[in-house]
Amino acid sequence: MHRVKIIKEIFMDEHTITINNLCTSIDADIGIVKAVENVSFSIKKGEVFGLVGESGCGKTMTALSIMGLVPPPGRIVSGEIIFEGKDITRLNEKEMQDIRGNKIGMIFQEPMTALNPVLRIGEQIAETIKIHNNAGNMEIKDRVLRLLKQVGFDEPEKKFAQYPHQLSGGQRQRVLIAIAISCNPLLLIADEPTTALDIATESQILSLLNGLIVEYGMSMLFITHNLHIIRKLAQNIGIMYAGRLIEKNNVEDFFSEPLHPYSRGLVDSIVGLSGKEKRLKTIPGFVPRLSEMPEGCKFHPRCNKVMPQCMINEPPMFTIGNEKWIKCFLYQG
Amino acid sequence: MDKVLSVSGLKKYYEVKRSAFSYKKEIVRAVDGVDLSLERGQTLGIVGESGSGKSTLVRCIMLLEKPDVGDIVFSGVNFTKTNDNQLKRLRKDIQIIFQDPYSSLNPRLRIYDAIAEPVLFHNIAHDGDDARQRVTEILGSVGISEDFFQKYPHEMSGGQRQRVAIGRALATNPLLIVADEPVSSLDVSIQAQIINLFMDIKERTKISMLFISHDLNVVRFVSDEIMVMYKGRVVEQGKTDNIFYQPMHPYTQMLIDSIKGGFSSRAGDDNHAPTGCAYYPRCERRTSVCAEIAPELKDYDSGHMVACHAVHG
Repeated sequence: MHRVKIIKEIFMDEHTITINNLCTSIDADIGIVKAVENVSFSIKKGEVFGLVGESGCGKTMTALSIMGLVPPPGRIVSGEIIFEGKDITRLNEKEMQDIRGNKIGMIFQEPMTALNPVLRIGEQIAETIKIHNNAGNMEIKDRVLRLLKQVGFDEPEKKFAQYPHQLSGGQRQRVLIAIAISCNPLLLIADEPTTALDIATESQILSLLNGLIVEYGMSMLFITHNLHIIRKLAQNIGIMYAGRLIEKNNVEDFFSEPLHPYSRGLVDSIVGLSGKEKRLKTIPGFVPRLSEMPEGCKFHPRCNKVMPQCMINEPPMFTIGNEKWIKCFLYQG
Repeated sequence: MDKVLSVSGLKKYYEVKRSAFSYKKEIVRAVDGVDLSLERGQTLGIVGESGSGKSTLVRCIMLLEKPDVGDIVFSGVNFTKTNDNQLKRLRKDIQIIFQDPYSSLNPRLRIYDAIAEPVLFHNIAHDGDDARQRVTEILGSVGISEDFFQKYPHEMSGGQRQRVAIGRALATNPLLIVADEPVSSLDVSIQAQIINLFMDIKERTKISMLFISHDLNVVRFVSDEIMVMYKGRVVEQGKTDNIFYQPMHPYTQMLIDSIKGGFSSRAGDDNHAPTGCAYYPRCERRTSVCAEIAPELKDYDSGHMVACHAVHG
């Protein structure tokens, strides 16, 4: 524990990953759909960064861009992703494979489909270790058993020999976590890891992830639409809307005073955060389709503080203090 | 007050085989002796994780599944002993809203027709004009404008589709609406709109509701009373505020803690002695009695019911 603390202090200011002006588009039949547009953020060592937004806002595309897994016809159009001093968008597939699963681990949303149904649990975890390490079979098995123990299985040897269909949803998600952390990654990307799970199981998985972060000083990009989780787990938060990152804030300030009108609306509309009132406050309208974006600020048709310039120009980034920024004309000058 | 629904001793067991080749069958107690009663205009929230039997319970209440044992009395008629004709008439008074509005609307029916169908089928409107007026009124009340009448479900967003599904449930002037996870597939900002719509319906009409969700926050917002289910049994039941501020059962306490921001770490092995308390493997307050005898749901404090040996001493 003491060692962990010292490591944390030394590296606290170092960024594990920095994303600058990332643009990812999909060349669809209807034209070019801009799924991620000018997204920039960075994650420090040991930090949990929560990326929040509604479905279709580009959260998952951002994660897939980092992993180099954007499905065609999608592609990264511009921008850079700096990881360990290199821009990983420029790496070729071979070089990317060394990073993916090794230095950047990812946990997917659907634990039911992310595992291979005809391979035993142990083999699936061992696979990743085998690819990235030069280790003997006995050593690998040892490591797999240790990992299974670490993610909370009391009888690792029994689980080693089981197939995915013999496990419950929460147990499968634990296996996925074991695979993701099997090579001690510097960055863990979790894409809605608990959405398919129950409250009780969700709570267990979150506490497991939280423990791993503290123990290893990993950084984590946590993608979710659930603000309750972010409040528990993350230090910083980024809000995405229609492919843009529109606010970056620290979690404490965000919940007491969200900056962007959309963020305000989100916090107000969530049951349990707004207190016991007669009605929830709502954001009128719905999220625009990526193919039918309005001019100017993408949120202006739903915004209750809309100004004439919002309809014409897209707001640039306005910084507030050291660590916060927002894309909204309300904070101009 | 009028009693709309009362269920007593409802049980539904399923036989399952461990694998395709085993001949030994296991019994899954999906619903294991549930009682509930619902008064006019009241909303009962049912909370539980997947596999707790909450969906099976409402499917039995709707008679979409035939319960093994137990009585369901709906507006004075015993559901389990009716013939098909009677049942058809009763169906008008009890409507269901499903979780997924994408699959619960007929993709080939225009929105107008989707609402007009139950109105005409149950003879609520007598002719075309009458029906048109009724449909306009209903869709207006759920926030769907006339521009959408000739559209198909695929042309609408998830929130709009759920509004249509709610409209269809309201179309027959039911006494009871069963809402099975009606907001969990929707986006956060849309969830709030739909929850508000449920609140409007509650205020405007005298419709009773069974509101099922795994999200305690949502249930708390709309319900007068809450029932917490675990493995087919009711573990706690009471007024919403009692459940929230004074949860007694260890399972409920864990649920409330986890939404208030705590982390729970106790993972349980779900295999347990069939005689004992179902929550035994995960419980923090278990004693030797709990492994042997399943606790009964007993009154703890004027209507606040708990099934736990540790609470009743």
